[in-house]
Amino acid sequence: MAGSKRKKKRNLFSPIYLTLVLLILYLPILMVVVYSFNAGRTISAWQGFSTNWYTRLFSNGLMKDALVNSLVLAGLSAALSGGIGTLGAIGISRSHFKFKGAVESLATLPMMIPELVLGMAYLALFTGVGVKLGMGALVLTHTTFCVPYVFINVKSRLVGMDPAIEEAARDLGAKPLRVLFDITLPLIMPAVISGMMLAAAMSLDDVVISFFVTSAETTTLPLKIYTGLRSGGTPEINALSTLMLAAIFIFVGLSQLIKAKSDKMTSPR
Amino acid sequence: MTHKQQKERAQERRNTLFFAPMAVLAVLLVALPLIYVLGMSLTANDGSGFTLANYKALLRADYLLVFANSLKLAFYTTAVSLLIGYPFGYCMARAPRGWKSLLMMLVIIPFWTSALVRIFGWKILLQGNGLINTVLKSLGLIDKSIKFLGSYGSVLLAMVYCMISFMILPCHSAVDKMDFTLVEASRDLGAKPWRAFLDVTLPLTLPGIMAGCVLVFVPSVGIFYLSDIMGGGLVLVGNLIRDQLLKVRDWHTGSAMSVLLVVLTAGIYLIYRRCGGDDLGVM
Repeated sequence: MAGSKRKKKRNLFSPIYLTLVLLILYLPILMVVVYSFNAGRTISAWQGFSTNWYTRLFSNGLMKDALVNSLVLAGLSAALSGGIGTLGAIGISRSHFKFKGAVESLATLPMMIPELVLGMAYLALFTGVGVKLGMGALVLTHTTFCVPYVFINVKSRLVGMDPAIEEAARDLGAKPLRVLFDITLPLIMPAVISGMMLAAAMSLDDVVISFFVTSAETTTLPLKIYTGLRSGGTPEINALSTLMLAAIFIFVGLSQLIKAKSDKMTSPR
Repeated sequence: MTHKQQKERAQERRNTLFFAPMAVLAVLLVALPLIYVLGMSLTANDGSGFTLANYKALLRADYLLVFANSLKLAFYTTAVSLLIGYPFGYCMARAPRGWKSLLMMLVIIPFWTSALVRIFGWKILLQGNGLINTVLKSLGLIDKSIKFLGSYGSVLLAMVYCMISFMILPCHSAVDKMDFTLVEASRDLGAKPWRAFLDVTLPLTLPGIMAGCVLVFVPSVGIFYLSDIMGGGLVLVGNLIRDQLLKVRDWHTGSAMSVLLVVLTAGIYLIYRRCGGDDLGVM
């Protein structure tokens, strides 16, 4: 009797609170999307539905450049960090190398230190050593801060893997590389892909580090949005933001989906 | 046996080869830039060698005030995030099974969404003729638009909004892992709900709270573009470092500021680990 009473009380507060916070969490995102379809020139008053800003966006050469840059950058850094992070995770979880702990902490350090410090450090180093700022520098730095996402994802997957599967393959006479390609990689693939999706989302999202290492000629979507916002914001920026939201939602959604599916496949339950 | 040893050595070499690219990347693009900044902070502007002058230059009342401002804002951000995020994480963990993964998804999506875009949404909501002012007016609560943008509150709101996922996730997993029969036991023994919460739930979920606080506080100290976008001219460490680099063009003092910022955040993390905090690996 007392127990059921207790339960009832909690059941009332909890859903209301959860819904309220989630509403507040999503309302601003919704506003950005809604106002990207505003017919008016400003972001303040609603003046009817129009897709005008999207057409304008696509006819704007600078915006198109930013979009292409961002996508190329996200693709390249996801691919590179995917390869480097995956190999790193496999190597480190198997190796007895003395400094592997140091390498691991160093490689995941970018997650812990303020982006701003990393950004200024890159700018200082690159100008000091003479690395050209721009797309190359962007790819290098984005790859660096994306590696931890892939690495941690894949490593935790490797830890959870049953070593007997690989042993069985070896006992049956498979060569190490064959084990890697036929057993290990297929098993960790979901973690690799979901890590790469997150990496792409992070790269697509980055303002601070890009702000420091980009050149005057190279601009990315977040940088465009940042400068647009500092000067007040226009519906064009809304449209741009909406497109970026859509891209990130797709990446994150896919990443979660793949992860959930593979968890279901491998979990004993 | 030598054959086996040889095989093992080959295996070891291959493993080392595997993480070589990551090691090279970590040395060249993580360690080297940071060491470079450290070096810059310890050398003079005119290239005359080692000096502590850049650090002495930081001991100015206005600079210290900026550091204090950043720490204060980070502290408020953490406190508000905890007040809102802990109950959220708690309710999430206690939600019916079927809802849990959906709730998780709903929390994670904004977490990966551009902070910039989400802050833009608040700007739209909070402006003079935005939705919030309109609603307040039509309810008859105010007759003149409130100027939200640029106020300290609006910057704090933006900060909490961007950071709260970092609080919700560890709190949620702490509550989720907790054994609720302990709470039931204390209730059966006659403890009032709040008493059971304070004496059982809170201490048991403290590791999650601590992890959340560190995860919110540390990035909060270094953030700089939120106050830029919300307006109001609040100068934070981030703004100071950026201006030192790009406007004043004094790289050496700017480097000293960055080093101080890293030392501050690393210090917080070390204290946290000392107090028995878990490894913050990430989610």
